[in-house]
Amino acid sequence: MQEEVKNIILGEDEDYIINVGPQHPSTHGVLRFEVSLQGETIKKVVPHCGYIHRGIEKMCERDTYPQIIHLTDRMDYLSAHINNEAVCLCVEKALEVEVPEHVTYIRAMLDELTRIASHQLWWCAMGMDMGALTTFFYGLRDREQILDIFEESFGTRLIQSVNTPGGLMNDIHPGFQKRVKEFIKYFRKKLPEYDQLLTGNVIFRERTEGIAPMSREDAIQFGVTGPSGRASGFSCDIRKVDPYGIYPKIHFSEMLRTEGDTLSRYKVRIDEMYESMNILEQLVDNIPEGNFAVRMKAVLRLPAGEFYQRVETARGELGVFIVSDGNKTPYRMKFRSPNFSNLFVITKLAPGYKIADLIAISGSLDLVIPDIDR
Amino acid sequence: MIMSFNIYDFSGLTRSIDNGLREIMSPGWAIFIELAIIGLVFLIFYALLGLFLVYAERKVCALIQNRLGPNRVGPAGILQTIADLIKLLMKELIPLKNADKLLFNIAPFIVIIASFMAIAAIPFARGLHAIDFNIGIFYVIAVSSLGVVGILLAGWSSNSKYSLIGAMRSGAQIISYELSVGLSLLTIIVFAGTMQLSGIVESQANGWWIFKGHIPAVVAFIIFLIASTAETNRGPFDLAEAESELTAGFHTEYSGIRFAFFFLAEFMNMFIVASMAVTVFLGGWMPLHFGTDNAFNHIMDFIPPLVWFFGKTFVVIYLIMLFKWTFPRLRIDQLLTLEWKYLLPVNLVNILVVAFLTLMEWHF
Repeated sequence: MQEEVKNIILGEDEDYIINVGPQHPSTHGVLRFEVSLQGETIKKVVPHCGYIHRGIEKMCERDTYPQIIHLTDRMDYLSAHINNEAVCLCVEKALEVEVPEHVTYIRAMLDELTRIASHQLWWCAMGMDMGALTTFFYGLRDREQILDIFEESFGTRLIQSVNTPGGLMNDIHPGFQKRVKEFIKYFRKKLPEYDQLLTGNVIFRERTEGIAPMSREDAIQFGVTGPSGRASGFSCDIRKVDPYGIYPKIHFSEMLRTEGDTLSRYKVRIDEMYESMNILEQLVDNIPEGNFAVRMKAVLRLPAGEFYQRVETARGELGVFIVSDGNKTPYRMKFRSPNFSNLFVITKLAPGYKIADLIAISGSLDLVIPDIDR
Repeated sequence: MIMSFNIYDFSGLTRSIDNGLREIMSPGWAIFIELAIIGLVFLIFYALLGLFLVYAERKVCALIQNRLGPNRVGPAGILQTIADLIKLLMKELIPLKNADKLLFNIAPFIVIIASFMAIAAIPFARGLHAIDFNIGIFYVIAVSSLGVVGILLAGWSSNSKYSLIGAMRSGAQIISYELSVGLSLLTIIVFAGTMQLSGIVESQANGWWIFKGHIPAVVAFIIFLIASTAETNRGPFDLAEAESELTAGFHTEYSGIRFAFFFLAEFMNMFIVASMAVTVFLGGWMPLHFGTDNAFNHIMDFIPPLVWFFGKTFVVIYLIMLFKWTFPRLRIDQLLTLEWKYLLPVNLVNILVVAFLTLMEWHF
């Protein structure tokens, strides 16, 4: 067994092996790809994760449920709100608490704002990976508008930590709806700029079209979810497949493509930004009056049993599994994080392509490393 | 020693300096002193231009990226590059284990000397050039391609895998694109009938080659722009550095002033290709003329040739900067496909057309 592992990692003797990472500008964190090359062509990729493992699942066994929420921010920090919501929904499901509609509307709006902000940052990084340095500033310029909305209502920008079992920590700012409407108006004008700068560029097209196609079977086998999975025709949008919160009442379509190549993974995310704005437009004027939280007990004790809740983060399906023995802390907690599954499909996609393609592929999979290691 | 200074013609000035020196010393010493003066002038020019180009690039990319760019050190940040230079000078030169020390140390000098030598042949104004070969273009092409030796040595001697890949990419890239650069310049040589840079500039007195050279000149100019951008290792052809793939390519292991040499050489190469484009296609220091003997031409004549030369050069440099900050990077196989399958055949056909046009004397 050990011999086998050694062979997988080191490959044959004459292979030219380079380490992309853990200190590398394009792995967006501390991820290491061990790449064995033949000239510039990739023969094999072995991803090594664990450099930023913090034992979040183990830490959860020590903490109470309201405390756990703040740990989930630190997994996929770009969809922090959605991670929070997953734990809240799971706890609420276990306690059989019905949250006011006011809260579900706001949660969904924050979900979509988070999704747009995350996709904007992904677009920045994708451009950077491909060598187009200007994208970074265009994307961050627009992302700033969303972070300002968050800051006005909750005082925090990147990770909101506003969810709590039973509702929200505090209500939205009175100017929230106005700001969101302004943002939608602003971003509808700015999003076509993304296409002008990058999508339509002939070099970008050449570098992405038909590169590393992922078949639907591969997507399902590797458990690739989120926009990367949907680009291969795998209908995996939890908002549609297993709806939660306010999503059953909203009209929106799941962005599906069939090509599965780097360009279609790119396009799915661009389309999702448009679709998220559609969702926001349906919600922003209809937020019902109500309390921002249900009164809960001071110490939450989940009934003994197993509880599972999954949500759609910006990167795919996040599953939260709680095993409770009736105490105020969970007996065991498990997160099914989207990035972990999305990462390993690269071992199948990259071989046969060039080093530059490896960077483009990992960019198009939109990996957030702390979510892989947890 | 009588100094006859004329902003429109520097040959009088240089001749009077030469005569003055010959009066007071033997001809051998006079030439030696002249060489020393020219060397000093070029050193200062090189340093100032480097500082300016780095500042200009940062401001241009800031303009493109919705930013302000450097604005803290000095008025509008003009002293920023000097501050950067001081920082680079004071940085430690990190010694490498298992590196080929000799090659590692001389590689930056080879790169910078190559760019230094090419500047010598460029005519800045009438009578203002260090050497005026009758094979000027040939000399510039030959000398500027020496830089690839330095890059290959840097990548090889660093004993780093990233550096080696970067150096190999750079070698493949520069040697391929050299062909297109040479062939696109050849079209204008065929038109002008000379390889002497001052002669080519003089041949554009009644119109720049890009205007009077029909479509082939425009095609050659576009090819020259693409190929020379590739030759200077700048984006979208910066595969040798490719910071998102190879961290910093061939100069990954370099630090401090050695790194600054590579950095400076890149900017100077950009200046050289821009000034070559100007000299060969855009009339060099010749003013813009329309028709013959009208008021517009007289006003244009009034602007000194130095202003014309640097004005045009910076327009071309701006174009090259625009490429870098708006385009994604090509992949190595696409890069070579572009050269061998598209640029080179187009170029060869272009030269045939030019030769035919010149033979039939159909050009202006």
